[in-house]
Amino acid sequence: MPTSGGVPMDWYLILSAVLFSLGIAGFFFRRNIITVFMSIELMLNAVNLSFVTFSYRMKQVDGQIFTFFVMVVAAAEAAVGLAIILTVYKNRKTLQIDEVSSMKN
Amino acid sequence: MNFYVISLIKVAIVAFVLLTALAYLQWLERKVLAHIQIRPGPNRVGPHGLLQPLADVIKLITKEGMVPSHVSKFFYFLAPIVAVALALTSIAVIPFGPEVDIFGVRTWMQLTDLNIGVLFVLAVSSIGVYGVALAGWSSNNKYSLLGGLRSSAQMISYELPMALAVAAPLLMANTLSFRKIVEQQSGYYLGFIPRWSIFEMPFPQIISFILFLIAVFAETNRIPFDLPEAENELVAGYHTEYASMKFAAFFMAEYCNMVTVTCVATLLFLGGWHPLFPQPYSNVIAPIIFFVFGLMAAWGAMHPRKPIEKYSFGVVTLASFGLALIFLAIWLVPALAPVFRILMPLFWFCGKVVLLLFVFIWIRGTLPRFRYDQLMRFAWVFMFPVAMLNLLVTGVLVALFSK
Amino acid sequence: MDLVLFLVFAIIAVVCGVNLVVQTHPISSALSLVGVMGSLAVLYLLLGAPFIAAAQVIVYAGAVMVLFVFVIMLLNAGSEPVTPLRRMVKILGVPLLVIFLGLVAFIIQAVLPNSETVHFGDPAAKGSPYDIGHVLFTQYLLPFEVTSVLILIAILGAIVLARKELE
Repeated sequence: MPTSGGVPMDWYLILSAVLFSLGIAGFFFRRNIITVFMSIELMLNAVNLSFVTFSYRMKQVDGQIFTFFVMVVAAAEAAVGLAIILTVYKNRKTLQIDEVSSMKN
Repeated sequence: MNFYVISLIKVAIVAFVLLTALAYLQWLERKVLAHIQIRPGPNRVGPHGLLQPLADVIKLITKEGMVPSHVSKFFYFLAPIVAVALALTSIAVIPFGPEVDIFGVRTWMQLTDLNIGVLFVLAVSSIGVYGVALAGWSSNNKYSLLGGLRSSAQMISYELPMALAVAAPLLMANTLSFRKIVEQQSGYYLGFIPRWSIFEMPFPQIISFILFLIAVFAETNRIPFDLPEAENELVAGYHTEYASMKFAAFFMAEYCNMVTVTCVATLLFLGGWHPLFPQPYSNVIAPIIFFVFGLMAAWGAMHPRKPIEKYSFGVVTLASFGLALIFLAIWLVPALAPVFRILMPLFWFCGKVVLLLFVFIWIRGTLPRFRYDQLMRFAWVFMFPVAMLNLLVTGVLVALFSK
Repeated sequence: MDLVLFLVFAIIAVVCGVNLVVQTHPISSALSLVGVMGSLAVLYLLLGAPFIAAAQVIVYAGAVMVLFVFVIMLLNAGSEPVTPLRRMVKILGVPLLVIFLGLVAFIIQAVLPNSETVHFGDPAAKGSPYDIGHVLFTQYLLPFEVTSVLILIAILGAIVLARKELE
């Protein structure tokens, strides 16, 4: 149990692991492409949390700088990914990833 | 006293004052718009329509809150709650005055000071976009959806020039906390020019101020950037399907956003609670303004157009002369110095905020509205490059000329 | 007090995460993700990183997720249908995930001693805008410039992909 009002650091890391595995669950089990994309964002957020936790532990700011870069890259990825989703929707008229499979077999 | 008790008292005061101010801001807007359009405005409910906000509140509370059957219930109820809650939250970091001593308690006239205060206001306005987008979508109505999407696209497009326009005086102030930004705007150049951000060397932030004002007109969906919620376009836009209290919630959110951004503009650009002239000379401004106002009200009482105007203008005259006497007394009587230290900065701050709100209402009565593509083009093709250039020039001059 | 705040916002984050995976309509998933990001922002504040917390709310929750919400509203994506195959996949897959999670939690517990605690307001924790700005513009200047080129490429890509075809 925590001492004098602090929270044990491994609770933060376990929370990060929980959110990461929820992201993996969403990524594997959902068929709607936008929900799959959002599960990827959830995984990135979980990783950000563990970066910031380790930045607190090392008493350095480098973990937070890396979080900043992860956010920037996620924003760029979201923009391009959503543009691709819009193009796929225009051509295939569907958002279920099972039906966009004309390159299979 | 305990920090929590003081904060609760401050929250109660600010909430009460803010909600009353929002109601009377709507009265002010209707009267000023009416007089710009050469018509009387609300003047039936109470003298000069002063009880009109009360009548509106009673109507909106007692009206039947219809919920259409085709809406997504959860998001339909969530949208106005999000809009109002976020609009009211951003008042928490606005300082209304310096550190004061009230009944032995030494606090700032601010609910809480974050050392990332400016980022907090930007963050709250970023999330405020969800209220509008959800309102438009959950109404299950193509006009509401279009209005909601256009309004939220406009809000996020103008957030970028707003943030860049805010970043320029921050470069000169070198801090993100509102208290310290205002503290750095004290003092005078050459003895009489105030060291407000818009006059501050090495680069007076006038362009930033104008860009910020234009951007917050668009952020709060006011004319001329009013297309998504105009009454004669898109069937009143994203709040078409909302009944009594939920509609009132959106209106309250809009006025509260207006108050917040004028407060932020005053703090960042107009020097907050610092007066226009050096201290001994500027103390006469408050009594003079109230005295002149009292004289105008006395003239109106002596030439009444309706019998009741004798009494209503008489009351206003007495109130104005009373306020002038109060401000004169707290300046000249040394024993009332603590009251002076509370009231005078509050007068200057509220005066500047009311002036900016009057500019908002004035522009609403004067300009036509932009078409949607003109609005977006204005944001991305004109305001964003100008804001970046302004930030660049400010940065270069600060790097060259600051110690 | 730290413990109460952490538990409240951690539970909100996990509940919103589960909601993201379980909900059939994409809009509910998107708003649950906004909830996750908001509670993570509070957790960053507890970890002494106010700038990252503000950046999370402004950039991630306030811009990226708004983009997601726009696309969902524009494409008018409906709810997802549920098929029996997916139910069996869920029944098999969830215990595996729980086992994976338990393994990771055990390893973390074994590595980090219990005495390392996170206190709010720790004076040694660096995270103020000054600290981040100082390191970002001196030591990490090259990645900073590279990310600005990356954003430019992303903007160009998004505009090219999403424009109307010139007939």
